Amino acid sequence: MRSQTVNAPGRGVSHLLRRGEPLVWLNAAAVSFSILAVLGLLVLLAWQGLGYFWPHALSLYQLKESGEIVLAEQVAVQQVPREQLLAAGYEIPGSGPQLERLLLKRGNRDVTGTDFVWVLRNELMAPTAPPGAVRVEREEWGNLYGFLEAVLEDDVVVASAKDSAAATWERFQTQLERARRVRSDIRDLERGELRATSQALEQLRRRGRGAAAEAIELEGAYERALRRLTALYSESARHRYQIRLADGQQLVLPLGQVVRAIQPNQMDVVDKLNYYRVRLWEFLSAEPREANTEGGVYPAIFGTVLMVVLMSIIVTPFGVLAAVFLHEVAEQGRLTRVFRAAVNNLAGVPSIVYGIFGLGFFVYGMGGEIDRLFYKDALPSPTYGTPGIMWASLTLALLTLPVVIVATEEGLARIPRAVREGSLALGATRAETLWRVVLPMASPAMMTGVILAVARAAGEVAPLMLVGVVKLAPTLPVDGVFPYLHLEQKFMHLGFHIYDVGFQSPNIEAARPLVYATALLLVVIIALLNFAAVTLRNRLRERYASLEAG
Amino acid sequence: MSKRGIPAWWPRWRRFKDRATTAAIATGGSVVLLTIVLLFFFLVYEVTPLLREASATPMAPLEWPVSDSRWLSLDDYGDVAFQVSSDGTVGFTRLEDAKVLSRRELAPSKAALTTVAGEGAGSGALMLGFSDGSSRVIEPSYHYELTAPERRIQPVLGHPLGDLLLAGSKPVALSAVALDLHAGWLARQYADGQLELQRLGESVAERIDLGSQAPAKHLFLMDAGRWLVLLTEAGDYRVWPLSEGVIAEPVQGRLFADSDRLEAASVLQGGLSLIAASSAGHLNRYYVLQHGAVALGQRFDSGGARLHRLLPEPRRRGFLGFGDGVVQWHNAISGQRGLTADFGITSGAVLALSPRADLLVALDEAGALRRWSLDNPHPEVSLRSLWQEVWYEGYEAPALVYQSSASSNDYEPKFSLTPLAFGTLKAAFYAMVFAAPLAICGAIYTAFFMSPALRRRVKPLVELMEALPTVILGFLAGLWLAPLVEDHLADLITVLLVLPGGVLVFSLCWALLPASWRERMPAGWHAVVLLPVLLALVWLGLELGGSVESVLFDGDARRWFAQELGLAYDQRNAIVVGIAMGFAVIPTIFSIAEDAIYSVPRHLADGSLALGATPWQTLTGVVLPTASPGVFSALMIGFGRALGETMIVLMATGNTPIMEFNPFEGLRSLAANIAVEVPEAEVQSTHYRILFLAAFVLFLFTFVLNSLAELVRQRLRSRYGTL
Repeated sequence: MRSQTVNAPGRGVSHLLRRGEPLVWLNAAAVSFSILAVLGLLVLLAWQGLGYFWPHALSLYQLKESGEIVLAEQVAVQQVPREQLLAAGYEIPGSGPQLERLLLKRGNRDVTGTDFVWVLRNELMAPTAPPGAVRVEREEWGNLYGFLEAVLEDDVVVASAKDSAAATWERFQTQLERARRVRSDIRDLERGELRATSQALEQLRRRGRGAAAEAIELEGAYERALRRLTALYSESARHRYQIRLADGQQLVLPLGQVVRAIQPNQMDVVDKLNYYRVRLWEFLSAEPREANTEGGVYPAIFGTVLMVVLMSIIVTPFGVLAAVFLHEVAEQGRLTRVFRAAVNNLAGVPSIVYGIFGLGFFVYGMGGEIDRLFYKDALPSPTYGTPGIMWASLTLALLTLPVVIVATEEGLARIPRAVREGSLALGATRAETLWRVVLPMASPAMMTGVILAVARAAGEVAPLMLVGVVKLAPTLPVDGVFPYLHLEQKFMHLGFHIYDVGFQSPNIEAARPLVYATALLLVVIIALLNFAAVTLRNRLRERYASLEAG
Repeated sequence: MSKRGIPAWWPRWRRFKDRATTAAIATGGSVVLLTIVLLFFFLVYEVTPLLREASATPMAPLEWPVSDSRWLSLDDYGDVAFQVSSDGTVGFTRLEDAKVLSRRELAPSKAALTTVAGEGAGSGALMLGFSDGSSRVIEPSYHYELTAPERRIQPVLGHPLGDLLLAGSKPVALSAVALDLHAGWLARQYADGQLELQRLGESVAERIDLGSQAPAKHLFLMDAGRWLVLLTEAGDYRVWPLSEGVIAEPVQGRLFADSDRLEAASVLQGGLSLIAASSAGHLNRYYVLQHGAVALGQRFDSGGARLHRLLPEPRRRGFLGFGDGVVQWHNAISGQRGLTADFGITSGAVLALSPRADLLVALDEAGALRRWSLDNPHPEVSLRSLWQEVWYEGYEAPALVYQSSASSNDYEPKFSLTPLAFGTLKAAFYAMVFAAPLAICGAIYTAFFMSPALRRRVKPLVELMEALPTVILGFLAGLWLAPLVEDHLADLITVLLVLPGGVLVFSLCWALLPASWRERMPAGWHAVVLLPVLLALVWLGLELGGSVESVLFDGDARRWFAQELGLAYDQRNAIVVGIAMGFAVIPTIFSIAEDAIYSVPRHLADGSLALGATPWQTLTGVVLPTASPGVFSALMIGFGRALGETMIVLMATGNTPIMEFNPFEGLRSLAANIAVEVPEAEVQSTHYRILFLAAFVLFLFTFVLNSLAELVRQRLRSRYGTL
């Protein structure tokens, strides 16, 4: 203990140091820094993720030297030291130690090869924003930037920009609406009727009844569906549009390939918001296109949710059972202490260890056994002996088991002893006390545990990479074909989608904004789940505070 | 709480229901808890075969129809044996019933077989040399019809160079031959010592005379036809580099010291290294270096036995050594002797090992074929090869290497876990460097100084950080932070310097403010006041970055580090991982440390304050010493989490297994390695089990850390209880 004089009020720097005031500030700075970092991260995700759907203006950039013209969106601006460029062998006009470099998205990958280019601001003339510039989103080859010239039907020009640009645009949009309907019809036919009939046929053939009346009827239905499909395709091929690129090149392309087209330079705020809404909805509800770098993430959302639901169905009863056993039934001795320590310890085991366990034990062990017993005729190609959504859910259930056990035990421990003894004193058996009194009172704690488990599982990727996730699943694990829920199928997952698109994609620049958006979506889902857990926990505490007081 | 409350007149079914429920919960609960234990045992179960000893089981001997054999080899399944007799007849014989399937006379008339040599490590083509100087190249092969329930084998005698005799350049018996068909070389030595090399290929089979040489005990073509190696009985070697066109002078030397003589030699699978046994009991592995010099690699422990026959495994870097009354099974990668036994094989017996190294046969002079079934599933793995330096083929010196994915069997699998464990620790270390100060300082402030109202808001926010999926942190680290740090390294360093300094300066300025100003800040709101200050300091740091770079780092920080300190720079490096993973572990450490400090009994701190200590003195003198075990356990749990983190390391490093502590270079961690490689590993293979071993090591790392932390916390809790 220091003497009184040391701490006498005063104002010198030495006094300050003794009181440790600067160190207190330094400790406070650690908190502030952490908070800033979290907020900064969220803002970064939100900014990059949400900005993706906004329609950016299209500008015409002309290179001073070669006169080359590019119609493009500006994606990023970077400051580059002059020396670095000189070292890389560039000859640069102008002065200043730092130069501005622009990343332009010029699209037209089918024509130019790459859809992104870096250019130095120095080398450009002042950009202009032509009002007629069109941005066409396509099923393949990415965006197309250019100027709409004409709409064609059966090689006949039905509207031309030479006559009226506005009328052509309108015609283009109405045709596009029609083409979209045709496309959705094609998809419905292919995914629905055609697939169902061909699968039914396949089953009949496998049972050796390929010649039965049923089969002949099915074949007829298949033929008819196929004819309808051909008709739809030829209808779709009739409509085309002519577009002029910035360098004057003219292209005639099928309308059936167009997802959406806008003239961003002519849109007002309402149009832009509308467009934003459409894009956002597409992101949430559509399937990915172009090797996952465009389109939506609906299958990944679906896969994540389904996997998490299956996982909670497995983990809830088992976790609760184990917790009730540990807390209510087992004798409180050395063994329960060991088990409790093991459960706590397991929460700290790396998730990848669960992943490899899941692969070795569930997939190759249990799955292989199931295949040998029930799917013998399909061997050697595995049915359950390969990663799939069931094994993924089981693995994650094991991973989150400690979370549920710990949370449930906590809830059980919070129930006042008097409540239990009151129930027993009134003549209830132990089982009745458990069912009617203890478990209902602990249910919010269980809910909290399950929600926390779900939040953890939704964000976990590493183990899933081993036990069932794929970059692109051709079909959802739930469909209209018996048995409706296909537990052996592989699935897509938001977290893995981020890893895969961000790191395995061939066109990383194009995919980047989509990855930010996916990351934001995942954060929002997990934050909501955590928020729900925290709210539940607080409610629960209030409830027992009143019970204990009473 | 027993059955006290249940009167005897209650219906029996209620009692039954009660008991049934209890029993069901007990069973169910125990099963769930045992499943958890299963995790541990399954890992052990998958790993243990790695360390299993080799074993050999004798099988019933066979009466062999053809005795007087010079050469024996087996098919893939050990069903059919191929045999070359001394009179030059060759044939296939079924092992099941010792039935001769086919036979053929190959020697020229009035000539006898004088020498036989196989290609590579015993499978594939072989060359027969005859007493009239002529030779033949043949290749036994097998066609399998794998129709359940049995397989049918059709042995075929192939003639890679055509079904003809290769005439010798003179009518003198051949004493040694060697061949490498893929590289297109044949070598033969006549009984008079003349060595001759023949280039296959184009229409003209060109012969190169290498002059008269000492008689070869062994003649080998090694390393895909790059070297011709001649070993004499005295233990001398001669190596001819066989580059295009020109045959250079041989490099000469001795294999063993002093007068030690060569007993046996063999080329290991892959053709890159050579095993030789000496009469004094030495057993060594040799590599042919760049210019043809033979370098001693590793020494095997033969236990002093004099091995007079070495039999290489056709598909692995292993070999069997046969001495008087002893059989040893060595592996060149692990350097270990997996088996030592006495099979009672006579020195004149002809030996063969099946391609899968699961069957050994010995045909003795009496015409009995003795068989042993062998089992050695993972010989290349030993504690030594997993953790210590191994001299791999093609390396200049022993090294710690992890390289599992070889494109072909000709490369040694390199399974050193040391670089991976090192990478794991390196990543965790840099994460802790970033996270520990921030988390601990933050915890101290939040628990001890912060106003309670603020604390209730800050804690959940930091804990929200914990829920952030690591795949997002990894993605940001790899795609956003890594390029940013690469471009703005000097700015980052400047900000790191400016931040603490700036905060200290700010605190001094704050103290100089008039008291009325200072008192406007509510107690424990330092952190809020600092928010704009920190933003300003970050901005200041970025502004100063350019000048700092030109003053301290000559205008280019990356180049400066490379030139002045010799630190190479990768875009995805340990600094990036440290920051991203630090982010992931800050909430873990913060939360536990904060709890530990906050739950120090209030009266301790109050007592100290009442005795006149300042809050800071109370903190450092009373609160922190009491809470230090808790803080320590927080650090350990954080460290454990950093060790096992997969996605961040996977995405933010280059995943190169290197042994460099340089913060600007990447790494490969155990966890990321598992994630990358398991999907491609063949089930039950050595690689697969090695990955399970990696998982087991990770499991042990974190288990020990967590148990220790838990123990410390238990102690702490009981201490608080007594206070």
